[in-house]
Amino acid sequence: MRYGFQGTPRPAGGFELFSWFFMRISGGLLIVLVLGHLAVMHLIAGVHRIDYDFVVQRYRNPIWRTWDFAMLFLALLHGTNGLRIVIEDYVQSKKWRLAAVTALGAVLFVVIIMGLLPILTFVPIGAGGMEVVQHGP
Amino acid sequence: MYKGGEGMWAWLFHRIAGVAIALFLFLHVFDIYLIGWGRDVFNTVIALYRHPLFELGAIALIAAVLFHALNGIRIIIVNLFPPATTIQKHMFYAELVIVAVVFIPVAYVMLSRLI
Repeated sequence: MRYGFQGTPRPAGGFELFSWFFMRISGGLLIVLVLGHLAVMHLIAGVHRIDYDFVVQRYRNPIWRTWDFAMLFLALLHGTNGLRIVIEDYVQSKKWRLAAVTALGAVLFVVIIMGLLPILTFVPIGAGGMEVVQHGP
Repeated sequence: MYKGGEGMWAWLFHRIAGVAIALFLFLHVFDIYLIGWGRDVFNTVIALYRHPLFELGAIALIAAVLFHALNGIRIIIVNLFPPATTIQKHMFYAELVIVAVVFIPVAYVMLSRLI
């Protein structure tokens, strides 16, 4: 158990030390970003009001785009690194551990592109702002 | 790994909540990606989240996020200020109280919309 809570010595150096710092710094930022996101989407708006036009309205404010970009980028790295730690704790076989971590890396590659693409390319056009640049078929 | 007690439960719940949140995040990336397919596709897919089962899932997800966030703060406090290790059990109970105080009204609002 390397990522414990009570005075577990932090890793001495290398990637694991970087990971240790990253989890705490990104975690601190994600508390604000994710709780803010949940409050806006589930309390202030509510899922019953969220649709395409809601996103268009919301993305008229560039702060939300920046918010979503930072939140998703940090959350994907934080979550994937957490899953890596879980895998390395439980998968005993070196071969399977490498396979699992490699597969996780591939998933991260896909979701980081799929996730950040709409945030970067969703552009309301014109005064009505109801059309977007589509990246789908 | 652990001999029991508050620290073990905190560690175990942190891990379970973290894995659940990460897996949901992957699903969430796919539904948001579909906004590039246009209004009709996105609205059809996002409407699935209005199903009562998804709404209950959202409530559970919020509980997981709140616990993971509060327990993360406790970890950071202990790391920055090692003497706090002596009161980590008290901090664990304080954390559960804060999670409950925030979660109960949130769950009430979300459930009342559902009914």
